[in-house]
Amino acid sequence: MQLNDHGESLCGQHVLQYPYRRATGPILGRFFTEIRDNGRFLGIKTSSGSVLCPPVEVDPDTLEDLSVDDLQEVGPAGCVTSWTWLSEPRPGNPVQRPFAWALIKLDGADSALLHAVDAGSESVMRTGMRVIPRFADERNGGIRDIACFVPED
Amino acid sequence: MAETRKPVTTIKTPVAIHYNYSIGAGQSAFMRAIREGRILGVRCPDTGKVYVPPRLTSVETASPMTELVELPDRGVVYTYCIVNIKFYDQVLDIPYAYGYIVLDGADSAIMHLIQECPVEEMRPGMRVKAVWKDPKEWTESLENIRYFKPTGEPDLPIEQIMNEIRKKSYA
Amino acid sequence: MREVAIVAFGQTPNRRKELHRNDAEMVAPVVAELLKGAGLSRRDVDFTCSGSSDFLAGYSFSWVMAIDALGAWPPIQESHVEGEAAWALYEAWVKMLFMDEIEVALVYGFGRQSMTSPRDVMVLMNDPYLETPLWPDAISQAALQARALLDAGLCTERDFAEIAVRNLRHAEGNPLAQLSGRPDPDELLKAPTIASPLRKHDCPPITDGACAVLLAAGDRARALCRRPAWIRGLAHRIDVQALGRRDLTHSVSARLAAEAAGAIGTPIDIAELHAPFTPQDWILQRELGIAKRTIVNPSGGIHQGNPMMATGLVRFGEVAARIIRGEADRGVAHATQGPCLQQNMVCVLEAE
Repeated sequence: MQLNDHGESLCGQHVLQYPYRRATGPILGRFFTEIRDNGRFLGIKTSSGSVLCPPVEVDPDTLEDLSVDDLQEVGPAGCVTSWTWLSEPRPGNPVQRPFAWALIKLDGADSALLHAVDAGSESVMRTGMRVIPRFADERNGGIRDIACFVPED
Repeated sequence: MAETRKPVTTIKTPVAIHYNYSIGAGQSAFMRAIREGRILGVRCPDTGKVYVPPRLTSVETASPMTELVELPDRGVVYTYCIVNIKFYDQVLDIPYAYGYIVLDGADSAIMHLIQECPVEEMRPGMRVKAVWKDPKEWTESLENIRYFKPTGEPDLPIEQIMNEIRKKSYA
Repeated sequence: MREVAIVAFGQTPNRRKELHRNDAEMVAPVVAELLKGAGLSRRDVDFTCSGSSDFLAGYSFSWVMAIDALGAWPPIQESHVEGEAAWALYEAWVKMLFMDEIEVALVYGFGRQSMTSPRDVMVLMNDPYLETPLWPDAISQAALQARALLDAGLCTERDFAEIAVRNLRHAEGNPLAQLSGRPDPDELLKAPTIASPLRKHDCPPITDGACAVLLAAGDRARALCRRPAWIRGLAHRIDVQALGRRDLTHSVSARLAAEAAGAIGTPIDIAELHAPFTPQDWILQRELGIAKRTIVNPSGGIHQGNPMMATGLVRFGEVAARIIRGEADRGVAHATQGPCLQQNMVCVLEAE
């Protein structure tokens, strides 16, 4: 009997699952708590005066720790800084019909948040358009507490 | 309002990745044989050592290996582990044992359950043989062998096992 | 400081699906042929470094099994990067600069994308708190970058299509290429978008494959190769992860890596850019200061094949092979990993 690679390899269905549970730390913890409990967004003010939303734990310029005292309210409305229309949603996406991914700069923030925009049609989408959040019916803490964004009017 | 809820300190972010996993030439030969109740190894042309399951390249010399060898379904327990903890999706009642079994004529071990032996009687050097499922249930899986059980033959002396492990270098 | 050169390069044919072999079985013949071609035995290799991804391979410590394919017993001196294999080359290079006992190093990478959905698996490179729970696939993220270029008026969808056409045309000369041809850009633009504005031709193919590179130092390199491809500069830099904090029309990390490697303002004959998506090719040409006279992606670039985790190292090999064959005197190899060109490595390779 000879071993060779002439035959086709056997294949099998295989799923790797990782039940990750992650500590949020104080900054993202507060960010997610405010979304869950009050439907409010928080950005964080850095030493350069810019407001980052989503907030970060470390000042990108000075590398000093930022604190919950540096958090301030932004949004909830914002504008789209870039977007793409996904005609076939992928498993796990927040919207399960054709939708837009967008980078969304919430009012008062200097950086953008990645989320889905359920706009119904690609023709509605444009850079600079105004969007507002639609929150999930049941909120448990986490970015999925925002079901998606929708056009402002 | 749900303002009395505890602040968020952790989030759950489960991940599931789906594969159509392709096992390659050596393991495919092994699985096709075990589908028929046969166990295959491959012989290194340089050292003569037999590896189970077969692989295309010698672990020690990198030479291509082509000579398939059929092995008996019995061998020796080289080392073992007794499972005493419960975990998600566990099939067997604890305690149970699994071990590295070197089949007669092989130079590398396969891992399998060892049953029909009280865990306190488990020991290296114990001779074991395979207990197969009903052939009607055979698939391309090492689970065609339900487990290995003691044969009752005399043990391989521990000094001999240690010597052979050193000699095999890849047990 | 020691001089280090690439003296040999090999790769598998780029295939949509490897039907017969697993990772270790794919790597073994590439390494064997590389060593045989250089007249070396595996015992002549002083250090081995590999790059791969367990998320792609579908099992943990996948690189350990690949090492078995090398005949690594008794144990060899080796290391591994969990990522693009170009970073394994970087590790080997740094070791060779400072460790005289390492004269010859082997670097390899492998990946089989066909076993899973790479655009979804790559989501795991993102922020696990803010992004991964939404599963923004890799094509959609690249599309956000493409849109930023269009909105800024820097280029057009036709520019993207022409990059694909250039790659596919060059791939016609590459016998190992997965895709090649001479499509009409106007025809390509009639295709529907996958994630607007990106169409299929803007995206990398799904490839199974492996590659290997042999490094040697100083006179050992000269002895092994008539015309070694010397590493004159090699550097990598990284941008912040969050797309919403970057100017997506630029890649600051690519620019800084190119400057540190000495790639800017030097005459360059050929450049191999690891641009998984066509808009990224456009960005890299600008950030690396690629001149008109430079031939970009003579191998066919990403369209030639995308054996993920080896694709960047293939760029090094393709540049080096052309220098070794005397087809070029000086070239730039680029590798990337992370969403939207987050991390970039640039290398200047040159003949003696």
